[in-house]
Amino acid sequence: MDTFVQQLINGLTIGSIYALIALGYTMVYGILRLINFAHGDVYMIGAFVGFFLAHGLGFAAEPSLVGLGVTLVGSMAAAAVIGMAIERFFYKPVRKYARMTTLITAIGVSLLIENLGVVIFGNAPRAFPSLVENKQYALFGRATIDSTQLLIFGVSVALMVLLEWIVYHTKVGTAMRAVSFNLNSAKLMGINTDAIIVFTFALGSALAAAGGVLTAQYNPTIYPLMGIITGLKAFVAAVLGGIGNIPGAVLGGLLIGAAETLVVGYGQLVGIPSTYRDAVAFAILILVLLFRPAGLLGTTVQEKV
Amino acid sequence: MKRTIITLVSLALVVASSACERRGGGGGAGDGGPIKVGIYGDLSGQTSSFGQSTKNGALMAIEELNAAGGIGGRKIEYVIEDDQGQPAQAATVVTKLINQDRVHAILGEVASTNSLAAAPKAQEAKIPMITPSSTNPRVTQVGDYIFRVCFTDDFQGAVAAKFAANTLKAKRAAILGDFNSDYSKGMSQYFVQEFTGSGGQIVERQTYTQTDADFKGQLTAIRAANPDVIFVPGYYGQVGVIAKQAKELGIKAPLLGGDGWDAPQLWDLGGAALNGAYMVNHYSIDDPSPAIKKFVDAYRRRYGGTDPDAIAALAYDAMNVLADAIKRAGSTDPAKLRDAIAQTKGFAGVTGSISINENRDAVKPAVVFELRDRKFIYKETIQPSGGETAAAPAG
Repeated sequence: MDTFVQQLINGLTIGSIYALIALGYTMVYGILRLINFAHGDVYMIGAFVGFFLAHGLGFAAEPSLVGLGVTLVGSMAAAAVIGMAIERFFYKPVRKYARMTTLITAIGVSLLIENLGVVIFGNAPRAFPSLVENKQYALFGRATIDSTQLLIFGVSVALMVLLEWIVYHTKVGTAMRAVSFNLNSAKLMGINTDAIIVFTFALGSALAAAGGVLTAQYNPTIYPLMGIITGLKAFVAAVLGGIGNIPGAVLGGLLIGAAETLVVGYGQLVGIPSTYRDAVAFAILILVLLFRPAGLLGTTVQEKV
Repeated sequence: MKRTIITLVSLALVVASSACERRGGGGGAGDGGPIKVGIYGDLSGQTSSFGQSTKNGALMAIEELNAAGGIGGRKIEYVIEDDQGQPAQAATVVTKLINQDRVHAILGEVASTNSLAAAPKAQEAKIPMITPSSTNPRVTQVGDYIFRVCFTDDFQGAVAAKFAANTLKAKRAAILGDFNSDYSKGMSQYFVQEFTGSGGQIVERQTYTQTDADFKGQLTAIRAANPDVIFVPGYYGQVGVIAKQAKELGIKAPLLGGDGWDAPQLWDLGGAALNGAYMVNHYSIDDPSPAIKKFVDAYRRRYGGTDPDAIAALAYDAMNVLADAIKRAGSTDPAKLRDAIAQTKGFAGVTGSISINENRDAVKPAVVFELRDRKFIYKETIQPSGGETAAAPAG
């Protein structure tokens, strides 16, 4: 039992990270009907900015909550700027074309960022410094939760609450929902849709960067291609929850995280090796697309022809 | 979606590929001109510490040989290729070294999976290849032109198992291996053979892949099985994180691994969580023998104070074994050179006496270290013949 609870904690920890990244996918999709494949790479950029901040400002030598806070906020800000730049220079110019054009652009941007990362940072993994001291807290039996996991849960929940507040209780959030509902009508109502789109990209990118820094506290290995598989899984999480649906992205992320960790923990009992954890995410994607294309919390919108 | 992933990955590979470093040039392939050696390794990927150390060790040997007038009056030139730690890329760069650079001999790789991918190219072209540090037995079975100057995993895995059973008095072992690595698979197999053969029990087996972001799932399952020791036959990039996460889960059983751990980055990732872990390796830089001391001092001087890890020492030895064989063959003719390498007996290398056996492998003792505060503390030496162990002189 304690092992099961432990696996659940492990799974929900990475699930929280997937959820943070999935939010960016889902918000951009909600507004532009665009799958921003470069989003996983923004997550990577977030981790790298955090790495340089932590070393540059000396937080690497002396772990403290302040250092973590500054690193986290700094990398979120930097990623927000990069997210806005990606939108402005790559997606905006092709927005008027068919959706396939923007999709292919997104894949191109993703490859560009990854390989620029390889050129600039080198492909060799770097070790992200620990910014908080790790402590374990016993729950029951042998189940423990450690400070990094608490940190990941805490920051993720705080950011999600903040996002919820922005989307449902602010003017800009109302505008976001209006644009998501119908971009052209929103424009007719006098909403500066370009600004809202840019804001959405900034918000999503900042969340992804937070995910990057938090992951690096959990697993200190960072490298330019780290966003590929994590990004894909977060994308699956967004689809599972219902792409375009914000609570859905969170639910999807947590489910994917829990599912893959349970595969690692218990898959062998039914003959599935632990390395199938990645396959599980994609198997879930296929099942969702087959049986519930709108996702768990998504609503099917009938299109008039 | 699947197609998108494949497209993504393959495009990324294409774009990311092809970084190479070249030195020396021209040079005929005939017996008169300079001797050309091709070196390949992972200089920029997940295991780049291995490639960099191989490069450093081999280059130092080449510089020393050239400073002493070359081999039989012929200077040594070299071409270095980066395979980014990818098997397909390893095969490609070795093909390039053979066909384009027309090298006389090849040194590389460290990771067995990459050596296994590249060795058939050298074998087909009948160009002798010496791997300094690939330990999977299958590497030299590729053909009669493939050699190694290190021990093999049937020995290394058994050494780890003996150490676990005899010194750590472990009865229950868990294994956490790298799913895609031939090195890791071989090590696990021989560890299990020896450990269960001596009455031990394998209580849990788990695997991971190099892109896994989290090992806590595997480690939690291992924790539940209550092992006395956890065997982690992987590479440093993952092992450091595994050590950190094992500590976070409150796992007390020591980790035990092999030469794949040997890189300074291991400490950057694992930090204090590595204290108390044990590792099998090829040689100890703290060994007081004059040959090792001379090499370590020269290496530190040449590379700004960096300590030579076993990978660097083996590359240095591999280059010197090659030079010795060229000297004895009196030629760089592939067949003659091959025979000369095969006849290497009792070559005094930094990592011990190197004799190439009928399987084209070197039979050498292994050393076991305890890891503590960024240091490898010598525990014992295990000889290849049987189980006799020399006790550590001081701890």
